[in-house]
Amino acid sequence: MVLETTHPLDIYLRETGMHHIWCTGCGNGILLSSFVTALKELEVNLDKIVIVSGIGCIGRIAGYINADSFHTTHGRPIPFAIGVKLANPELKVIVISGDGDLFAIGGNHFIHAARRNMDIKVICVNNFNYGMTGGQQGPTTPLDVSTSTTPYGNIEHPFNLVHLAAGSGAVYVARWTTLHVRRLTESIKKALQKEGFSFVEVISQCPEIFGKSTKKGNPVDFMNWFKTASEIQHFSDPAKAEITSDRIPLGEFVDIEKPTYEKLLKERITQIQSKAQGGA
Amino acid sequence: MTEMSRTLSGKHFYSGDLACAEGALAVGCKFFAGYPITPATEIAERMARRLPQIGATYIQMEDEIASIAAVIGASYAGLKAMTATSGPGFSLMQENIGLAVMTEAPCVIVDVMRGGPSTGQPTMAGQQDVMQAKWGSHGDYEIIALAPSTVQEAFDLTVEAFNYAETYRVPTMVMMDAIVGHMWEKVVIPPQDQILIRDRKKPSVPPGAYMPFKPDKDLVPPMAVFGDGYHFHATGLTHEEDGRPRTESIKAQQKLVQRLCDKIRKNSDKIVKVKPTLMEDAEVVVIAYGIESRAALSAVRKAREAGIKAGLLKLVTLWPFPEKQVTEIAKNAKMIVMPEMNYGQLVREVERAAKDTPVKFLPKLGEEPHKPDEILEAIKGGV
Repeated sequence: MVLETTHPLDIYLRETGMHHIWCTGCGNGILLSSFVTALKELEVNLDKIVIVSGIGCIGRIAGYINADSFHTTHGRPIPFAIGVKLANPELKVIVISGDGDLFAIGGNHFIHAARRNMDIKVICVNNFNYGMTGGQQGPTTPLDVSTSTTPYGNIEHPFNLVHLAAGSGAVYVARWTTLHVRRLTESIKKALQKEGFSFVEVISQCPEIFGKSTKKGNPVDFMNWFKTASEIQHFSDPAKAEITSDRIPLGEFVDIEKPTYEKLLKERITQIQSKAQGGA
Repeated sequence: MTEMSRTLSGKHFYSGDLACAEGALAVGCKFFAGYPITPATEIAERMARRLPQIGATYIQMEDEIASIAAVIGASYAGLKAMTATSGPGFSLMQENIGLAVMTEAPCVIVDVMRGGPSTGQPTMAGQQDVMQAKWGSHGDYEIIALAPSTVQEAFDLTVEAFNYAETYRVPTMVMMDAIVGHMWEKVVIPPQDQILIRDRKKPSVPPGAYMPFKPDKDLVPPMAVFGDGYHFHATGLTHEEDGRPRTESIKAQQKLVQRLCDKIRKNSDKIVKVKPTLMEDAEVVVIAYGIESRAALSAVRKAREAGIKAGLLKLVTLWPFPEKQVTEIAKNAKMIVMPEMNYGQLVREVERAAKDTPVKFLPKLGEEPHKPDEILEAIKGGV
């Protein structure tokens, strides 16, 4: 008798010995599972998606997914993704990266891609710190938290990412935690189907590194925090979605229609070419 | 209607910047991402007008870092792609130029060189980025860099730059001093069928058997296109031939970095181009590139009129450096004269290749190239 050893999601993962680098209890695996589940449920053609990531623990995800993928330099997955998308608009281009990559070193690219309403999908795994380099303060680290570079407590106000995304022009904005896997998967599915710049923030645990800063030593502590602090309210004011130690506002915040850059570009090119033919 | 064609075959009066843009279009460039910067802006403006006419994409990005990132993305999705900038923007691009080297993304970067360092003199010409072209990104690597000295060459060498980029899967640079960039001259654009066009090698194996970084004998791997079903992975990390990151393997690092360098070094005889003039019996040789080579030619002719056996070796390729050619001419030369619009850059390579032959360096800072008489004086000093 042959034992069934394949997992239904196996076809979505690369087989070439890409052993993952993530710590035990990390939230990245939950996001990976949620993401490929979304692909499966939407029956996405793996030949026509491109996964782009930046630098950091979650940046390695591009290598784990069985599709065309590119692991860029730190902070640059969004402009790389724009190049891919404009070169071949038939492709669905998905950026998956971390809070430091997308909002510190890469912040400028995020706001401008959202402003242009580029038809790319951005998933940010927000673990509140630079995990890969050993737990330094980042653009989403809460006030007062001690990290290896804020040994006396963080004095920088963190970004409220859903507010930033909404204010920059994203047409779809949602935030979930790694505890809310079914809802997260639904939002990823929506983002994948939405035309335009779509943003999903995933609040994630980093027990090995950020856990040391917050005295949440194991993933269960994080899950308990996500459970007790979460408040789900759809289409609430993004400006009021700041994360505090006792409140994590979740849900869909933005779902609007706006012409994409790609659509406007195509229209403009058609106009120019037909005008030239008409004038001939 | 002619205005709308990809290749504007015929005679034109263009600036170097415009000729460069038309060269890109003629060789099949379908994607431009850039950011305005003096004195390269005219290339972006030309591409913004011309690319949509042929159904292709121009995008103005938020900075030069994003521009080169988008160019690499478009290259991976199968297009011939370029950006154009000047010193400050070229500096910003350096990290991702390293990414293009590491992931072997064919692309063209035009640097219309102005005076630096820093903001320097935006409207004034220089040749101050020629070492940055080779050494600006971290790590060991090789790129190809070409230096046009006429508006016609701005067209011709942009065509060649794309061909090199595609052939060797390497970022290729057109290092054009701002005088050539802004100078207007006659350009002849050949008929489309007379323009040599090279495209990257495609994989001959089906998906599954494809190793994205496994080279052929020429050390260059065939390149699949995103969306064609190959499901391949590329990373700026050190990687195996199958694309897997190998961050802790000494062997993988040696193998990859050596190949990335050797695919250019070992093919340098096919890449390097110089143009010798009056060199057969030359005892004093002027070595120059870009606009300086035109002042140098005038100086060499004047020297000949005065009975001095002078010659010019114009460097068309700056990188890989024409080492063999310089060493060869140095054997018979009593002296080499090298004018450059900087305070001493490529002359270091010339000195190295010239071995025992003395090199008289003529620096120049601030817009103007050398006057022929200044070079002539130096030639006279060598006899």
